[in-house]
Amino acid sequence: MAHAALTTSGAPNRAGRLGKKQTWLERLRKGDEVVHLITLAGAWSILVITALLVQHLWVYSRLARHAFGWHFLFTSTWDPVNGQFGAWPFVYGTVVTSVLALIIAIPIGLGSAIFLAELAPRKISNALTFLIELLAAVPSVIYGLVGIFLMIPFLTAAMPYIQKVLGWLPIFSGTFYGVSYFTASVVLAIMVIPFIVSISREVLLAVPVSQREAMMALGATKWDVTWRAVVPYARQGIMGSIFLALARALGETMAVTMVIGNVPQVSTSLLAPGYTIAAVIANEFTEATGDLYLHALIELGLVLFAVTMIINALARLLMLTMKAHEVTG
Amino acid sequence: MSATYPPLSRKLVNIVMLSLTGLCTLLVVSALLTILVYLLWNGAHALNLNFFIKLPAPVGQSGGGVSNAIVGTLKLLALATVSGVPIGLLGGIYLSEFAGGWSAFTVRYTTDLLNGVPSVVMGIFVYTLVVLPMHHFSTLAGGIALGIMMIPIALRSTEDFLRAVPRSLREGGLALGASKSETIFTIVIPAAIYGILTGIMLDVARVAGETAPLLFTAFGNQFNSPGWLQPTASLPVVIYNYAISPYDEWHQQAWAAGFVLLSGLLVVSILARLVLARGKKMSHG
Repeated sequence: MAHAALTTSGAPNRAGRLGKKQTWLERLRKGDEVVHLITLAGAWSILVITALLVQHLWVYSRLARHAFGWHFLFTSTWDPVNGQFGAWPFVYGTVVTSVLALIIAIPIGLGSAIFLAELAPRKISNALTFLIELLAAVPSVIYGLVGIFLMIPFLTAAMPYIQKVLGWLPIFSGTFYGVSYFTASVVLAIMVIPFIVSISREVLLAVPVSQREAMMALGATKWDVTWRAVVPYARQGIMGSIFLALARALGETMAVTMVIGNVPQVSTSLLAPGYTIAAVIANEFTEATGDLYLHALIELGLVLFAVTMIINALARLLMLTMKAHEVTG
Repeated sequence: MSATYPPLSRKLVNIVMLSLTGLCTLLVVSALLTILVYLLWNGAHALNLNFFIKLPAPVGQSGGGVSNAIVGTLKLLALATVSGVPIGLLGGIYLSEFAGGWSAFTVRYTTDLLNGVPSVVMGIFVYTLVVLPMHHFSTLAGGIALGIMMIPIALRSTEDFLRAVPRSLREGGLALGASKSETIFTIVIPAAIYGILTGIMLDVARVAGETAPLLFTAFGNQFNSPGWLQPTASLPVVIYNYAISPYDEWHQQAWAAGFVLLSGLLVVSILARLVLARGKKMSHG
């Protein structure tokens, strides 16, 4: 490991600062280049680790990639006993839960961000944002715990009423057992809202006052100013926050595993139990018997990695153009 | 402003939409508070002394604890800090003090990439990197998995706090005849040390609750895990395993473990902010 060798390199510097100051500093004076190279090695070891990560995912999924090709993603048979692996139920579950989570989270998150940035007095806004950000630090396994013992009983109690109104829709049909795509999406939405709120609020606060004043001078109401002058100005940053939330939702493992039911099936109804890519890896990885089974699970990891990387890259790109926009405009 | 402008309909839209945004905020804050209070309430009820000092009891017997998981989590975090933070520190110093051009861009971009890797994928990576060659799960593997996850935040916070050190301080050091590396180690880093410490503490708090990467690296253990090369229990994995079990005693243990984990995280997060505040106070006064 590269970093094993590097862990000691900080020690001599500190020792030099406290003890034997003169001699070590003498040597260090000629040693700018040494320090440069040591920190460079630390920085580049990150590149090495990331490259190793990609290489390992690629190499350790080769059996499954060779056996199934692209069909892997689009066939529905997941039968470890007979060596048949098709990932469609997991892909479907991952996409459905993440998209539904965003559908719930975007309006609520954006609404809160607008309130916190435009309406609330700065002190209250800061306090509430601190709270929301603190709760973003709650580990996902704890969201899962609360999901099992609070969210599932709550949704089970509320579902008859929801179904009375919306039961005619295919997506709300069927029996509700508590664990479902829907439950997972609600838990995911709660988990990603803090991301959307905290980033969008920052972006909204960064919109120049002149942008607001110009609209206000035209006789617009507060809402008009916010919706037509401030939000459009900040849209790239807001989109960036949504992409980050999406990437987080796609890769989220524990909370989803605990409330989605873990049944490898594809259902139209959101109230049916399902499965996601991250959940199947968490559940079956240590029980995978045989190389093909293990490689199929690692290929799922590779797919998850590739998709979240693309979305993260898009998010960064949006944030970057936002910054460039600020500088030039 | 005349009474007819803006028209009533737009005033109405204004009021409705603005109240809706307030409602959204209320919803978010109350949902999050409910979660917190529910966990603290249930956890506090399930907590007792045995929880901290006993090993897990067999199903059906009461009075067990998770002392092994508490020790396991502390060992994993220590190992993660030792393996991940130095790389982050060096990388942060490099980006802030030396880098420029394509090298800085590559390192920064790769770090963001690494930060976005789903934690379960990190678990797979360390499984193939450490567990497969060693042929068994271990504290070492779990610590390395968490350590790699710590690198990006350690790097970015170190870089940010070093960059925040005023240029005049560096110039002062250089003007006194200090070399660049002397200036970095005797002026710039000491000036930013509280910020850097804060970043590291928040980083530890962030990975302390990670579960997915531990499932197939540290695995789990019903007993104490001697040394660093055996599978070990950890609080997050215990919460997961107990929460999905069908036994009520285990559910109680899961709540207690959640309580301990979350209060630990919150205490560290708040301490980190205090450290930062102290640093600010010192640099101003």
